[in-house]
Amino acid sequence: MSDPVDDRPTEAGFLDPSLRDEFPGLGLRYVSVDRGSGRSSRALKERLRVLSDRFTGAQAITLRRRPIPSAYRVFFRHIGLDPDEQPTPVEEIALERMKKGGFVSQNLLDDALTIATIESGVALRAFDADRVSVPLGLRLSHRGEGLEGRRGELPPGTIVIADRGRPIGLLFGAIAAGRGVSPKTRRMLLSSIQVKGVPDIAVEEALWLLVEALETG
Amino acid sequence: MPDALELDPHFPRSVDPAVAVAAPVAPSSDRAARCELRRQIARLERELGELFASTFPRRGINWTVGAAGGPRVLEVGELERIRDGLANRLAEARAEVARRADAEEAGRALVERMIADPDEYRWVRVSNEDVGEPGCKHWHSRPRFGILGMLFGWWRVKLSSGCPLAPGLGGCRGPHQSLRSRSSSGFEVQQATAQAAARRRTAAAARGRRR
Repeated sequence: MSDPVDDRPTEAGFLDPSLRDEFPGLGLRYVSVDRGSGRSSRALKERLRVLSDRFTGAQAITLRRRPIPSAYRVFFRHIGLDPDEQPTPVEEIALERMKKGGFVSQNLLDDALTIATIESGVALRAFDADRVSVPLGLRLSHRGEGLEGRRGELPPGTIVIADRGRPIGLLFGAIAAGRGVSPKTRRMLLSSIQVKGVPDIAVEEALWLLVEALETG
Repeated sequence: MPDALELDPHFPRSVDPAVAVAAPVAPSSDRAARCELRRQIARLERELGELFASTFPRRGINWTVGAAGGPRVLEVGELERIRDGLANRLAEARAEVARRADAEEAGRALVERMIADPDEYRWVRVSNEDVGEPGCKHWHSRPRFGILGMLFGWWRVKLSSGCPLAPGLGGCRGPHQSLRSRSSSGFEVQQATAQAAARRRTAAAARGRRR
């Protein structure tokens, strides 16, 4: 069986030097896939159902004891977010699992993101590859910069995911209008956000899981 | 709170570790101060996470610290506020958990006494929540055969069978809620204990008068 990520090597995104100094361990990796989202296959839905059975309430409660989810909670505190008000990606999915009684299938991309995030604990985002210009990276917003689809300017110094030209999303926040994946998307850029305490291998595994779920689903 | 903060001995500072929460950090540079504060925040956040996981299924404990507004690189003052907020929240949560542990211990002791002597604890009801356990089970001291048992003093502790079936999406005001509202709180347990003690005293006084 071919390795989906080995076929498409992941790229390391750029990182603003001030962010590198302030947050050692912060990073962004991305990989492109030549397909859009769509409906999930029966096999992927079944995989989601099995994952629902495996992921119990006890695991949700003890999630913040695990090293990777805990690392994201700590990083949220460091950048001024409260993980109890705005849950980390893995906790948000776990919370939905508890509320709905299972991981409810939505579409191919969301289902693949759910599987990869729950399995690895790593924060993942997806963009429309035809609407962003590589390389992607993390930087601070400049004075006068805004996020498409959002009224007003971003406060200077906001940490954003940016492409070559503009911010395409807030770190752990909203994606700029038109830069996310839509039903018209033909190619996707899948990215992972690494923080201190999250090992490289977990980031690689997260992207591998995501690409594999998209390929097979 | 010096043990919780575990200040880095290599970190340049001029404040006493014992008053580190109250006093601002005096750094040689802002970045070094931010770095040290982030380390302290990480430690406190992990301790809070550990406590959160260990307190389940107890509910009603406030875990929220509040956001400084982000995502951005926070200033020293903002990081200090987050650290102090975490330290305070941790201290409050620990105190609350300790208080509840005492109440739950009292609840467990009450259940044991109820089982040993149901007649002394007539109509007393202790829920799983009162003893710090998950589920809807409760112990209820009630007479066997209803009014007949009341007349003849045939009291026993009856153990409920557990949670009622889920009422479904439309049944928000189903039996579960009514059961919860009837469930005895820690205060009611204390009240029941006091009532039972008063009954025991009255019975002892009556026995003394008969002699």
